[in-house]
Amino acid sequence: MSTPDKEPAVGPADKTAAGPEGVAVDPAVATTDGPDRGTERDDSFLQNFLHNLWAANTVTVTVLSMVLALVIGAVLIILSDPDVLATYSYITARPSDAFSASWTLVSEAYANLFKGAIVDPAAVTGWLAGENGWQAVFAPLSETLTYAAPLVFTGLAVALAFRGGLFNIGAQGQAIIGTLTAAVAGFVFPLPVGVHLIVALLAGALGGALWGFIPGLLKARTGAHEVITTIMLNYTAGLFLGWVILQPGVHDPGRSDAISKPVDSSAQLPALLGGGLRVNLGIVLAVVVTVGVAWLLNRSAFGFELRAVGANPDAARTAGISVTRTYVLLMVMAGGLSGLGGATQVLGTAHTLTSQVAGNIGFDGLLVALLGRTRPWGVFLAALLFGALRAGGNRMQSFSGISLELVTVVQALIVIFIAAPALVKAMFRLRAARAARLQTSVSKGW
Amino acid sequence: MSTVTVEDLADVVAPRRFWTRERKTGAVFVALGVLAAALFGALAPAETARFTLSEDASGAALKINGQFGAILFGIATVGAGAALLAGVARRWTSWLLGLGILAFVLSFLCWQVAGKFMPLVDTAEGSLELALPLILGALAGVLCERSGVVNVAIEGQFLMGAFGAALVGTMAASVWVGLISAVIGGVIIALLLAVLAMRYLVDQVVLGIVLNLLALGLTGFLYERLMQPQAATYNEPPRMPTWRIPGLADIPVVGPVLFDTNPLVYLALILVVVISFGLARTRWGLRTRAVGEHPTAADTVGIRVKGTRYLNVLLGGVVAGAGGAFFTLVSTGSFNKNMTSGAGFIALAALIFGRWTPVGAFFAALFFGFANKLATYLSAIGSPVPSQFLNMLPYLATLVAVAGLVGRVRAPAADGKPFIKG
Repeated sequence: MSTPDKEPAVGPADKTAAGPEGVAVDPAVATTDGPDRGTERDDSFLQNFLHNLWAANTVTVTVLSMVLALVIGAVLIILSDPDVLATYSYITARPSDAFSASWTLVSEAYANLFKGAIVDPAAVTGWLAGENGWQAVFAPLSETLTYAAPLVFTGLAVALAFRGGLFNIGAQGQAIIGTLTAAVAGFVFPLPVGVHLIVALLAGALGGALWGFIPGLLKARTGAHEVITTIMLNYTAGLFLGWVILQPGVHDPGRSDAISKPVDSSAQLPALLGGGLRVNLGIVLAVVVTVGVAWLLNRSAFGFELRAVGANPDAARTAGISVTRTYVLLMVMAGGLSGLGGATQVLGTAHTLTSQVAGNIGFDGLLVALLGRTRPWGVFLAALLFGALRAGGNRMQSFSGISLELVTVVQALIVIFIAAPALVKAMFRLRAARAARLQTSVSKGW
Repeated sequence: MSTVTVEDLADVVAPRRFWTRERKTGAVFVALGVLAAALFGALAPAETARFTLSEDASGAALKINGQFGAILFGIATVGAGAALLAGVARRWTSWLLGLGILAFVLSFLCWQVAGKFMPLVDTAEGSLELALPLILGALAGVLCERSGVVNVAIEGQFLMGAFGAALVGTMAASVWVGLISAVIGGVIIALLLAVLAMRYLVDQVVLGIVLNLLALGLTGFLYERLMQPQAATYNEPPRMPTWRIPGLADIPVVGPVLFDTNPLVYLALILVVVISFGLARTRWGLRTRAVGEHPTAADTVGIRVKGTRYLNVLLGGVVAGAGGAFFTLVSTGSFNKNMTSGAGFIALAALIFGRWTPVGAFFAALFFGFANKLATYLSAIGSPVPSQFLNMLPYLATLVAVAGLVGRVRAPAADGKPFIKG
């Protein structure tokens, strides 16, 4: 798992790092600050660490959520395997059969998940022995990063809007329009290498921004709830893409099915490592954009305004911040980010438009944003985790015959547990964390 | 709506402006009517459009010259818009709205059908069939949301219902056992929704989306592990029979559509009436509305807020699960991965477009079903109008309605807000 192995108990150094972000969603990492500090001043670091380890802080809840999700996934794997299930019919007579069969099945599946996502030990020994190239060693990581890159963008799009008090369910539609405009710019304009890629990426961002502008404007001008409008725009975008693909000039004349012409090679995101590995410039862009969003959110004037609006729109209005302007700008930015995610998808891996080109990156982005607690670097790590699950899921499917859908189940379960920290807390009898505010949701309905 | 908007404020300052909502709608209708009369009239060939009263080209038919019809109905739309612009009494507004939309659709049809034929019975049957899950899904939404719980998980309830019906229906070789397990499938998602939203205070929109993904993954996983390898044992449910009501089924056009059809249609029609009556006239309905609009007040007079909400969310699960059974027991006869493909969200759109009322949701669902059917019909006759745009209609209509461009939609005041006692 590519989660932060950060210790839950941290000193003042970490506190200052997390300081400016504490407006909308608190870094629920327990700190040694606060009114009750005096009583525990004499505790050693180790005692403090152990005390906080089993408390309901962000890191513990996140890790336990993943464990729970994987355990439920394991139960599903066992329940859906008739051979193993048969050993349970005589479990009272010979329990070892049932347990060993289940263990073999599940451990093999999850081992493949790991080998497909991080590294395959066999490939490493093979490389050291000179039996295979270095590519096989890095192939799993390459896949993980490839799947993670678009999710970083869509996750940031949801997280950014969330911090401003807007619930951007529309990342999917914005990403779809992003794939559309980026791909069209990618095969229509005859531009030199370099410029073409930038133009295509910008086109993707612009398309997404336009699709984000609509709900932003409707929210600001008419009060139409962004959840409803963005859900409707998601499906409108999908249908629109389906129509555009079939139009002359876009549709690949050599194919009878609904597929567009391929993006020119000058507009494709170049591979980072070469050697047949798919990881491309998209993940580097994702890091750059994460830095940018973190700066925007925590250091810029607009970031302050949007956090103020997100925390309390009435107070922000009283303080002279234009709430409507913030909403529109915020949705344009979120749409632009999602559009970039779609552009990364089509310019980086897919290279042609199909009706499913955007996959599920928008809705996955929503989960990623929640898992990352709507903080930029949290979103980045969450996207890496989801990318890893997806990459590993591919191997699990082909090697263990466990459907990729299990990954969807595990991802959904992780987020359910993350969103209901009280549930996890009750299940594991966790201590209440000091200074912890485990609320990812805004709960304001429509 | 949770935020004060510019328009709300403006309403307070200037309550009687000339451009009321009705007048704006009227202006839009006039523009649409002129467009219809000019554009559709110009494009339509001067040939006869036949609307046959049967399932095919045969039999009696309503005939009209396509060009003449397109212009005539376009002018009718203008008339409805002009009446709204002139400012008629409030009670006529919704009638004029309906008339305007109907005339516009007819104008469009005259253009498309000119020189061809449109089988009315087939169209009506198809519309109703496509609308059926939407009606049930939207009714499930009404039950949940009128009590104050946002239900975005209709899609997930559909999927679980469809899956349960296929799996258990095949194993038990019975349609009715299948229907019951579809209901159980819907209730499982509803139970998760209720417990996590009310006990663990998870944001209900987030929860709905995540539950949809959970249902998608779960049914997809089990489909690939169980159903795909052994379709005969797990994925060949018996189909729902059609029930013919003697006498009524012999009425032309209406008879075969409404009274010679599958039991889910009767269920849906009965539920529309029952829920509509129940919400307006019974103790349960009053409590539901009270809990959805002002839970604190309801709590003060001794209504059990959470109990009412639990009941309604679970009832919603029952209805949506039955709607899911449509996909496997009526429509296709086997389960497939993600087979509902967004129908739950169209049901949500119908719920919103129908202003959170059972009857409104019913008509909205019918309208969306008709738009879908029309898209299939138009692509079959080789119309230049792309089917994707007609399929967008439910979403765009809802967008327009929510933005307050036509009429006004308002969610129950406490919709989506968890109730914390004390």
